Amino acid sequence: MIKRFLGIIPVVFGVVSLTFLLIHAVPGDPVEVMLGESASNADRMELRAGLGLDKPIYAQFGIYLSKLVQGDFGISIHSRKPIVDMLLERLPATFKLAAFALLFAIFIGLPLGIIAAINAKKWPDTIANLLSLTISAMPHFWMGPMLMMVFALWLGILPVSGMENATSIILPALTLGFGLAAILTRMTRASMLEVLHEDYIRTAYAKGLPQRTVILRHALRAALMPVITVLGLQLGSLLAGAVITETVFSWNGIGRLLVESIEKRDYLVTQACVLVVALVYVIVNFVTDVIYTQIDPRVRFLK
Amino acid sequence: MSFKNWPVWILVLWTVGVILASFVDFNTNQIHLDLILAKPCFQYILGLDDLGRDILPRLISGAKVSFLVIFLVTAVTASVGIILGLISGYYGGWVDRTLMQITDVFLAFPGILLAIAFAAVLGAGLTNLILALCITSWVGYARLTRGQVLSLRQRQHVIAAQSIGASTTRILLKHILPLIAAPLLVEATYSMASLVIAEASLSFLGLGIQAPNASWGGMLRDGVRYMLIAPHYVLAVGLSLMSLVLAVNVLGDQLRDQLDVRG
Repeated sequence: MIKRFLGIIPVVFGVVSLTFLLIHAVPGDPVEVMLGESASNADRMELRAGLGLDKPIYAQFGIYLSKLVQGDFGISIHSRKPIVDMLLERLPATFKLAAFALLFAIFIGLPLGIIAAINAKKWPDTIANLLSLTISAMPHFWMGPMLMMVFALWLGILPVSGMENATSIILPALTLGFGLAAILTRMTRASMLEVLHEDYIRTAYAKGLPQRTVILRHALRAALMPVITVLGLQLGSLLAGAVITETVFSWNGIGRLLVESIEKRDYLVTQACVLVVALVYVIVNFVTDVIYTQIDPRVRFLK
Repeated sequence: MSFKNWPVWILVLWTVGVILASFVDFNTNQIHLDLILAKPCFQYILGLDDLGRDILPRLISGAKVSFLVIFLVTAVTASVGIILGLISGYYGGWVDRTLMQITDVFLAFPGILLAIAFAAVLGAGLTNLILALCITSWVGYARLTRGQVLSLRQRQHVIAAQSIGASTTRILLKHILPLIAAPLLVEATYSMASLVIAEASLSFLGLGIQAPNASWGGMLRDGVRYMLIAPHYVLAVGLSLMSLVLAVNVLGDQLRDQLDVRG
């Protein structure tokens, strides 16, 4: 486990370097681009000094790193607040949205995958297959408005957007979760099909156990392992999808903060959002990896 | 023409649209002030948008934009990714370790996050959108190629070629690349489907081609704004986008099964 942890250090360093370079990808003078023409000279000097733009690039990177280690992401040009406060304010909403999306995905994807596997090549399988194919082809900015149109505008049973009501989270979480549900359905189906051909399943049926018990007790447990791994890897796609979903539903999470900062050319905030999301992703993957080795005796034995 | 070939027909339709848009001037910005958000009719098959512009020609012109983006980005990223993957897998050692470390860093950014970030700082516009997608989407090709080369490097025909003194370039291009063409083709197909979505996502966020030029993402954003009074707008764009992505994905599945590429 310690070896794995050491393994992510170069990745984290790389992620930090790449996000640092983002500001330098701004064509021309980043200070001019960010502040615009109306800014005062004092403001320009302040930002220039804050970024260390008068120093050589390795010194700038040093400044960036040392500030990061202290949890200092700089000050937002637009709101004048410390960026770290803005991030902490917005992160819980994104985590909440992602958690609900994950729940939806599991509750939709797992049963659908199991049903498809049991009825392989029959009509329930075909329907599940068609559903998951169609849903994978629906980007969030299309799925979101469609759900909005049906449930909020036509049926009027759920709020259109915002986050005032307890039910506000349902539509954005569904939007975000459907894609993952489609992947889960396909994964569960494939994994179940493999397990269902095992000898011990035939034994279970032979000793007269009802199908329910065989599927839920014997097959599902073995089939879930690969599904869990994929789930861990896909959690990151929820974070990326949150950028669009939050924008569509005016959900005040970190994704919306990212889009707002782009519109205001508040690139320090953009940079910080990208960095935080990537770091969360790296950590989630690391944790999934560790949990996976802990649960599965076969993997633990191999190490 | 059988129903089973529907993905091909959608792609044909798309290509015809792209060719049409390249040679015919559709006058996509002509405004009919009296027909703002008018519903589909005989003269305007898909209706009109919020500025009273005919939706159909704008949709075709948007198809041209996504076509341009997808093929440019795929050409660049596939070449770069495949070359890096070949080198990395064949030479191994520190070259391989360094390259894989770099791809790990790129993979640490989920989905299109990094593309959004680069498109944002580079500034809106078609060129920058293409650039941002190029920066971020070569990794898949590099990883796939490298993995395949690793498993082929010790094959007898490669060792035989080495022993009779074939140059490294010749071995890579003539003895290894043809054998991994099938999985690469499947990867390219799936990657094209995600590029369609990525281009539309960036345009949806206002980072792609700028108004008054048409793009599917931009049209969707406008359509969503008026979806209560004029659902035909958002439906026309959304359904086109969805059927294109669906077609490319299904084509990828069919290719994978036909070429017998695993997972």
